[in-house]
Amino acid sequence: MNNRRSLILREVSNVVIPSVLLYALYVQFHGEYGPGGGFQAGVIFAAGVILYALVYGRKKTQKIFPTSVIRYFVSIGLLLYAGVGVASMFMGGNFLDYNVLSHDPQHGQHLGILLIELGVGITVAAVMIMIFYMLDEYAEKK
Amino acid sequence: MLSQHLLVLQVVVPLLSAPLCALLPLASPGKYFSNKLAWLIATVASLISFVISILLAIEVSKHGYISYELGGWTPPWGIEYRIDHLSAYVLLIVSGIASITMLAAQKSIEKEIAHEKISLFYSAFLLCLTGLLGIVATGDAFNIFVFLEISSLSSYVLIALGNNRKALTASYQYLIMGTIGATFILIGVGLLYMLTGTLNLVDLQQKIPELLDSRALHAAFAFFTVGISLKLALLPLHLWLPNAYAYAPSMITVFLSATATKVSLYVLFRFFFGLFSNEVTFGEFHLDKILLPLSILAILIASAVAIFQDNIKRMFAYSSVAQIGYMTLGIGLATKSGSVAGMLHLFNHAIIKGGIFLAMACIVIRTNSVQLSNFAGLGKRMPWTMAALLLLGLGLIGVPFTAGFISKWYLLIAALDQRSWLAAAVIVGGSLLAIIYVWKVIEYAYLKTSSKTIDSDTASTKEAPLQMLIPLWLLVAASIYFGFETSFSFGFANTAINALFK
Repeated sequence: MNNRRSLILREVSNVVIPSVLLYALYVQFHGEYGPGGGFQAGVIFAAGVILYALVYGRKKTQKIFPTSVIRYFVSIGLLLYAGVGVASMFMGGNFLDYNVLSHDPQHGQHLGILLIELGVGITVAAVMIMIFYMLDEYAEKK
Repeated sequence: MLSQHLLVLQVVVPLLSAPLCALLPLASPGKYFSNKLAWLIATVASLISFVISILLAIEVSKHGYISYELGGWTPPWGIEYRIDHLSAYVLLIVSGIASITMLAAQKSIEKEIAHEKISLFYSAFLLCLTGLLGIVATGDAFNIFVFLEISSLSSYVLIALGNNRKALTASYQYLIMGTIGATFILIGVGLLYMLTGTLNLVDLQQKIPELLDSRALHAAFAFFTVGISLKLALLPLHLWLPNAYAYAPSMITVFLSATATKVSLYVLFRFFFGLFSNEVTFGEFHLDKILLPLSILAILIASAVAIFQDNIKRMFAYSSVAQIGYMTLGIGLATKSGSVAGMLHLFNHAIIKGGIFLAMACIVIRTNSVQLSNFAGLGKRMPWTMAALLLLGLGLIGVPFTAGFISKWYLLIAALDQRSWLAAAVIVGGSLLAIIYVWKVIEYAYLKTSSKTIDSDTASTKEAPLQMLIPLWLLVAASIYFGFETSFSFGFANTAINALFK
């Protein structure tokens, strides 16, 4: 890859990518009161990573987010989501009844929605990154 | 403690097992441990959901219905899971067929799917099962759409994994048609939500009668009709089905043929009788005027096309389109007894067609092909598989003492009750056409000897592995059992439809 030609691209993305990732985390953890939530946050986070991959190449990105790790995160997000549901079942409530997660129902709701949305965010981000990797690998093979 | 959560566990067990399978390390040459483990997880999860659905059926027959508030929010505000006789009946079919499929699957999957994809394959299978069970378990219109998409997306993946490259185009075709169908259903749900402000099925049912003059309600009904017809492959919208079934991996054909279209038919029952009620569906919207002619065409055309197929899997796929015609014909008669017969045929056909495609899987694992010419002399080389295929074929035709006879008998009575002579003639005529295409296979298998000089390859063809034969014969036994003992299959369908019809 010719790095000299993409100087502006690199400099701009160096500023943009950290703020995109930070914004993703903001959307993630303010989703229960403001607009946003796990899905949007996951997409924004993945967009940041994909931008990095577009500028610096997939191989370099895979050093930070290796395929093998991303693959696990696809499942971990879903397990976290369903795990919260099962946990609330074992704590005496219905499936996904957050009230029982903490002594105070309001805290329980807070904790529940944060964990659920985190699960969604992890899976969505991981799937998006994974799809990008696979398409890129496929294009390279061709 | 778990007994009160059974209903949600029905969906959660396969949902939790799917990521577990995906977490397993991918198999590499010489290391197939994770594939075996994934199969074990998928089998155990299917069996657990089968046991749960049996417990639910017992529970439902005692209390009439079970309701579960997701997240502790009371319906109609929260999402409610709600099953009655109808849902319990379909849950039994789906989870039962899933268990049979998984018990038989291991060897066939190892042969047909690349090793590094097998654990992910089981993960996709479990997601598909989750979706199908979810559609039936939920009592929320939007939730039905969500689960429909879960099951559809995973089935596109599963079909695309077929060995033949045509599987890719078949899956793509299904993807396009399936997405259009699901979108139509979503538009229908959206219109209903706009009109009523609720998504809960029970709540919707109470609010719909006041809205009968509304144009939007008519539009919603039309969108539902087309969307669901696409999903269940009613005749002019069936084009995705034959290729999808013919080129999917053998075990996926077993599973999807016996469950996917059946669950779509359940959605039809649920929306048109549970949501709109039969008075509205037939009295106001005259669904029977469309459904009956299309069903008749489905039976005749699809059966006739099936006769000319050389790929036997494709032939039985066309036969599925015809059999779906029988089920919708029952509904199209616009009577209670017609719908009961359609429901009963749904149950019996799931067993019979699941069994037939399982026999196909047995043949593929030994001979690699389902071309008709390949069947020559197979009756001697694979006696147990071919005997099972023969018995199931008789069931498909509707010979007395098989399950297929019972449901066609009830269909015939329902048609005669309505003095619908044409429908009655078509039911009988469709069976005659079925005789032709089933006979074609039987003739090749038993009466033709292999014209090729027996080379080492064909001579060494042995009977299918026991792990596949036992589930196959379980289905054969079921198809004969339900040909004699109808108190469960008919009784349950009867109660289900009686509760639904006004």
